Amino acid sequence: MTEGRKEVIQILIVFVGVVFLAKLFYIQLVDDRYARMAESNTIVKETEYPFRGLIYDRNGKLLVYNTPEYDLFVVRKEVKNLDTALFCEVFNLSREDFVRLVAEMRKRKEYSPVKPTLFLRQLSNYDFAKIQDHMDEFPGFYIQPRTARAYTTKSLANVLGYVSEISRSQLEKDTTRIYRQGDYIGQSGLEAQYEIYLRGKRGVRYKLRNVDGVDKGSFKDGEYDTLPVPGYDLITTIDLALQEYGEKLMRGKVGSIVAIDPANGEILSMISGPSYDPVLLTGRNFSSNFMLVSSDSAKPLFTRPLMAMYPPGSIFKIVQTLIALQEGVVSYETRFPCDRSVVNCHNHPQPCDLHMAVQYSCNPYFHQVFRRIINQNKSPNTFTDSRIGLENWHNYVSRFGLGQPLGIDLPSEKGGQMPGPPLYNRIYGEGRWKFSTIYSLAIGQGEMLVTPVQMANLAAIMANKGFYYTPHLVKEIRGSEQQPDIQRHETGIEEKYFDFVQDAMSDAIYGTAQRAVIPGIELCGKTGTAQNPHGYDHSVFMAFAPKENPKIAIAVYVENAGWGGRAAASIASLMIEKYLTGEVKRTALEEYVLRGQFLDPVVKATPITD
Amino acid sequence: MMRNDVLTGKLDWLTVLIYAVMVILGWLNIYAVGYDEAANPSLFDMGLNSGRQLLFIAASVVIILGILIVDVRFYEATAYLLYGLMLFLMVLVLLVGKEVGGNKAWLGVGSFGVQPSEFAKFATALAVAKFIGSVNFRMNLLKHQVILFVFIGIPMMIILAQKDTGTALVFTSFILVFFREGLSPVIPAAGIAVAIIFILTLLVEEIYLYAGIVAISLLIILFGKKKFKRIMWVTATALLLAGVIQSVDYVITDVLKPHQQNRIRALINPEADPLGYGWNVTQSKIAIGSGGFTGKGFLEGTLTKFDFVPEQSTDFIFCTIGEEHGWLGSLVVVGLFVVLLLRLIYLAERQRNRFARAYGYGVVSIFFFHFAVNIGMTIGLFPVIGIPLPFFSYGGSALWGFTALLFILLKIDAHRGEMLHRL
Repeated sequence: MTEGRKEVIQILIVFVGVVFLAKLFYIQLVDDRYARMAESNTIVKETEYPFRGLIYDRNGKLLVYNTPEYDLFVVRKEVKNLDTALFCEVFNLSREDFVRLVAEMRKRKEYSPVKPTLFLRQLSNYDFAKIQDHMDEFPGFYIQPRTARAYTTKSLANVLGYVSEISRSQLEKDTTRIYRQGDYIGQSGLEAQYEIYLRGKRGVRYKLRNVDGVDKGSFKDGEYDTLPVPGYDLITTIDLALQEYGEKLMRGKVGSIVAIDPANGEILSMISGPSYDPVLLTGRNFSSNFMLVSSDSAKPLFTRPLMAMYPPGSIFKIVQTLIALQEGVVSYETRFPCDRSVVNCHNHPQPCDLHMAVQYSCNPYFHQVFRRIINQNKSPNTFTDSRIGLENWHNYVSRFGLGQPLGIDLPSEKGGQMPGPPLYNRIYGEGRWKFSTIYSLAIGQGEMLVTPVQMANLAAIMANKGFYYTPHLVKEIRGSEQQPDIQRHETGIEEKYFDFVQDAMSDAIYGTAQRAVIPGIELCGKTGTAQNPHGYDHSVFMAFAPKENPKIAIAVYVENAGWGGRAAASIASLMIEKYLTGEVKRTALEEYVLRGQFLDPVVKATPITD
Repeated sequence: MMRNDVLTGKLDWLTVLIYAVMVILGWLNIYAVGYDEAANPSLFDMGLNSGRQLLFIAASVVIILGILIVDVRFYEATAYLLYGLMLFLMVLVLLVGKEVGGNKAWLGVGSFGVQPSEFAKFATALAVAKFIGSVNFRMNLLKHQVILFVFIGIPMMIILAQKDTGTALVFTSFILVFFREGLSPVIPAAGIAVAIIFILTLLVEEIYLYAGIVAISLLIILFGKKKFKRIMWVTATALLLAGVIQSVDYVITDVLKPHQQNRIRALINPEADPLGYGWNVTQSKIAIGSGGFTGKGFLEGTLTKFDFVPEQSTDFIFCTIGEEHGWLGSLVVVGLFVVLLLRLIYLAERQRNRFARAYGYGVVSIFFFHFAVNIGMTIGLFPVIGIPLPFFSYGGSALWGFTALLFILLKIDAHRGEMLHRL
């Protein structure tokens, strides 16, 4: 009756043992889900944020540094008898703010009553000092330091750019997987351009936590821990004193100043007016300030030296002169009458030779010069001849760094526009345009657009007599193996022609821009007044100084300020004086610029260049 | 007086060896659970569970010697007396006992407490064995069956009153003894069928279960012997199972207490609320699962050390083994239990009277139930029922109870030659 029952029980026991071992085999060896969950359960990766690299000016003056700011964390379970009224007072919150923050915190996915949860972010140093005295009255609240950007100057905001929390879309685009939510990243300017150098390397500390989140020391005695590596410091080419002076001069005006050291392409200052105080885009109030700055109708976030594109106006006549001389289509003695039937002009001695034409900026003269560049009778067909001519001309202007971005070390540089045959083919159709269609290019108008940086670079080419270095803002990444690689570019135009043009530019100062004259410094410059169909003309001036062994090349563009000889030339001249002598003696001119009323209310803007 | 042959030849030294290995492994794992790197505690620190467990082990040695010294006839002779004494102590616990962890199962003298329910296990095994071993016992008599179920029913009821469901359920394992001694397999089979249906009801839509029962019943009726009695039996069984399905919802929501409901839900789907009722099972599986093939090494288990698994050194001691010693360690422990149980069956089967054999199977049943349920719950195969893993879990009463259970069998086995042949 009981036969075989022993075996049934034996089989049952062995069966259970086998089932257990199979299940154990599955969860321990097959399914790695548990091993991964185990890691996140006990080992907490604590990030130590590195210091972002500092930014200095060319003379070693500190521009951007890091300042501690503080995030407030709360462990919900440890909060006892919270005096909400006092809490709100200390943290400068309204009751509604407090209720909202609590609700927001609870909604967060990672929220847990036993673990530290972010409650308030980015308290400033000042807040912290105030709060510190009260922290012992708020058990369960903890302060965690991290760093924010701080600035020694109110200037240079557009060049420096800003840093903010990485956005969702940036996070998704980050294929390197370096960034995590909540990380800061350079969003514009040098902060964005040199992000990989500035950001440094995060340190990681592995800590063991028990089930209540209580610290149980470091994992394996810190064997896997790494120290944070601070970012590299940037030594910029900016002269802070000059930059601040330039921003002062541009106050209340819209436009750009770019000054370059022609000997190496270093940008001494880059002013974008109007700008903003860089401190606005740091810290706790970032979002509200960002709204304010980005919705400002004067567009302070728009970096005009790089992104604004204007017709160059008369300063372009210098380029035309050089091309014509190199092509051999004019000589120094070539004379044309000031025939105003096609283009307008102003009163000056005539007929001009080439020197006088540059000096007095004679429009009809350059109309003829450009015709000679374009129509060299290389084809009997005038349309074809114009195309060949323009193609040739376009090659020249490209070598002046025009029509494409220069490759400056800032994001979102625009290239301007130098029209070549493809553009006119698109507008008029192939073989349906000729010189008379495009003659406005002769005097820097028409479909031609340049950025202020390109104009300054043009001044540097003049100063160097035929070559330029890529303009740049950073000369050294301190401590890094990779350093900026600055290229020299040749225009291919003989030096002797530059000597000739320099003389003419020097005389031009006395012809069209007497305000720019600086006693004791020989200055070469060229004014321009760019037609503006929307309002008053733009005032343009480019110059370099001194004539022998030039130290500074500069371009100034002031929107709606009328004739170039006034606003732009005055500003450029003051900048040059400031840079070369260290101080400005011509206080009357300075006051004139600061007053900023360049427009003569009686005389309407002249329709065509001076 | 203890005879020399007990220690020299007749004692089953293989079982003693397995017992010693298990107790020492248990002790080391209890040490690992409480291990704190910063403190670097001693294995013998009396402030820790491991130190106290060592004390319990030492006391067990005294208990073993006591059991071996006593005349072998004592156990059968005093079986009912011991049984009655344990029932009395358990009732006493209900009246004056102290509550520990929601269970009122402790009889305390000062800071020292014992759980009489742990000792009720061997006492009941002895009493059941004595009854089965009595001369005119017939397993097929309904009256004797009822008496057997009363023997295990009384301690169950008292322990249930102590709110210790896990320990109470241990007594159901005696059905295995009854089965071995001739109880019709229908009764345990019916019990298993009801349990399976119960669990299936929680997993599968009811309509499929009904369809399945109807289908199986029809198949049996169509292809089996078409006797009227048989058809009636099948129909009655089908109706009964349908009733079980019907009652599951009622049982879950109205009979089971909320924490018991949650334990069953946790078994079925621990991921549904991993921080709530699924916590124990989830954390336990994480700890074991993170052990891999060879484990993290002795004292290197991060989850168990940091109290992620509740009841770590008692009911969930197997987690530490799984985490620190991996699948190999688990294999050793599971293997030890399987070998021990098979050895005990061998010992039980070689007894020359029914009392000794029934007692042997009682020991097998209790160890088997603890082994199956305890490890089953830590790896998510069984609802969480708070019962210890014999010889591994921390705790004096449990260790002493299991030790007594085992060594009474070894004592009886050592003297099997002197027993009256009465099978």
